[in-house]
Amino acid sequence: MSFSWSGAAAQLTELVLAILLAPLLLGWVNQCRAWLQNKGGPGVLRPYLMLRRLFAKDAIVAHGASPLFRVVPYVLFGAMSMAAAIVPTLGTDLPYAPAADAIALVGILALARVAIALAAMDIGTAFGSLGARREMMVGFLAEPALLMVLFTASLISQTTSLATTVETLSSRELAIYPSLAFAGVAFTMVSLAENARIPIDNPATHLELTMIHEAMILEYSGRHLALVEWAASLKLFVYSCIGIALFFPFGIAQGGDATGLLLALPALVLKLAIGGFLLALIETLSAKLRIFRAPEFLGTAFILAVLALLLHAFLETP
Amino acid sequence: MTALLTPALVGQIINVFAAVLLLVSFAMLAQRRILSLIDLFAAQGFVLCLSTAFVAWATGQTHLYWSAGLTFVLKVLLLPWILHRLIRRLNVKWDVETLINIPTTMLVGLVLVIFAFNLAQPVSELAGTVTRGTLGIALAAVLLAFLMMITRSKAVPQVIGFLAMENGLFFAATAATYGMPMVVELGIALDVLVGVIILGVFFFQIRERFDSLDIRHLEKLKEE
Repeated sequence: MSFSWSGAAAQLTELVLAILLAPLLLGWVNQCRAWLQNKGGPGVLRPYLMLRRLFAKDAIVAHGASPLFRVVPYVLFGAMSMAAAIVPTLGTDLPYAPAADAIALVGILALARVAIALAAMDIGTAFGSLGARREMMVGFLAEPALLMVLFTASLISQTTSLATTVETLSSRELAIYPSLAFAGVAFTMVSLAENARIPIDNPATHLELTMIHEAMILEYSGRHLALVEWAASLKLFVYSCIGIALFFPFGIAQGGDATGLLLALPALVLKLAIGGFLLALIETLSAKLRIFRAPEFLGTAFILAVLALLLHAFLETP
Repeated sequence: MTALLTPALVGQIINVFAAVLLLVSFAMLAQRRILSLIDLFAAQGFVLCLSTAFVAWATGQTHLYWSAGLTFVLKVLLLPWILHRLIRRLNVKWDVETLINIPTTMLVGLVLVIFAFNLAQPVSELAGTVTRGTLGIALAAVLLAFLMMITRSKAVPQVIGFLAMENGLFFAATAATYGMPMVVELGIALDVLVGVIILGVFFFQIRERFDSLDIRHLEKLKEE
């Protein structure tokens, strides 16, 4: 794909939009969950207020923290922004997209995971290393499943570049792909696990023995915590956008035409709103699994993703 | 066939049914509770019935409507009802013990699916039916049911595995040759029904002898 100023503008818009919208998505999910539980809810703008408050506070770093501990929030935020820049949300003409394909995207997410796990162990508290170990276990189980899901989409579109995949998927003639349905279910399960959502981890808990993500970030405060929280909401945004791009790509602008991009924005917001509501619904309807059940949950996701690959290879290719 | 449905679309819809069938087979493999296992078995029968009826409608093979009806009555209504009654009478609603843990079982199942797909591919190329692509899935369903029979230690899940195997065979028959002759199908249906009734009697005998439905106890049965 050649470089163009309109492409660069689209790329920049997309990145800024992702960074700005991510806390809103998180707020929307929390609000929906509160509504489903018959509560008033904190309001959709709560994450912004929390970020503002945290940025205003002083950051306190524990005694004995290495420089790594200070660097990690920026690494996290950078990695998630990079991932957000690769995933096509509005249009497929992204000058930055050839820099990394679907496999590299998984690598970027893994980099963020390793960084936060190291920072959690850096302080040396029991909770930090407990959370880090659990996070690494969940990650090591979720990653192959995520790769298999991306491979299924890549096989259908014959490329691992996400932008090209989305272009192929959204412009194909209407055909029913059972493999994509399988991959979609597997992807949903992986996203729940990766974003510390309910069957695996409870984002609202501070109960010591069950938390994973919260345990890792206990020592952070002030602007560091703000960046970590913002990165977490960006991660949720990125995963939602990967899901939308692979399984519901209708409405994403082909190439770089301006009207397409303008139309893609309301479509994206609508799809994110529906997706966020469904996420809240899943979280309300299911109970948290014991941590030792997590391998089973993610193993099922892996098997569904491999089945999707097999179904595509044997059924859908004539 | 109506003009609305292109052959490609018919193939795709049959593929969807086949995929759901495979999914239900895996769900049965992973299921711990007997009651849910029976519900899944009924769901498998229902998918089978829908897909048979769809093949009948798309290809104009009217005798397949009878098979679909027979499947519905026998496998969605009658057999689950008998099984529900049995476990209520036997009072065995507890969780199913598996001999190998469930993720391992599922991984073995995955290998079986690859094996079945590879095995079925040259065979299905010889068949001239629109449903030929699903032969691999039918074979996989048979093997998965077989695996379920092997990995369960209680008698009731083993019988459900046996019944699920018959579902797979039935699907294979539809996929490869648009179903078996009516006499054969009626015969098999009757066999399955009688089999379940006899096994039901066996359940009571086993429980009376050992106070449990764990068939590992049967290994102790030796002539002294």
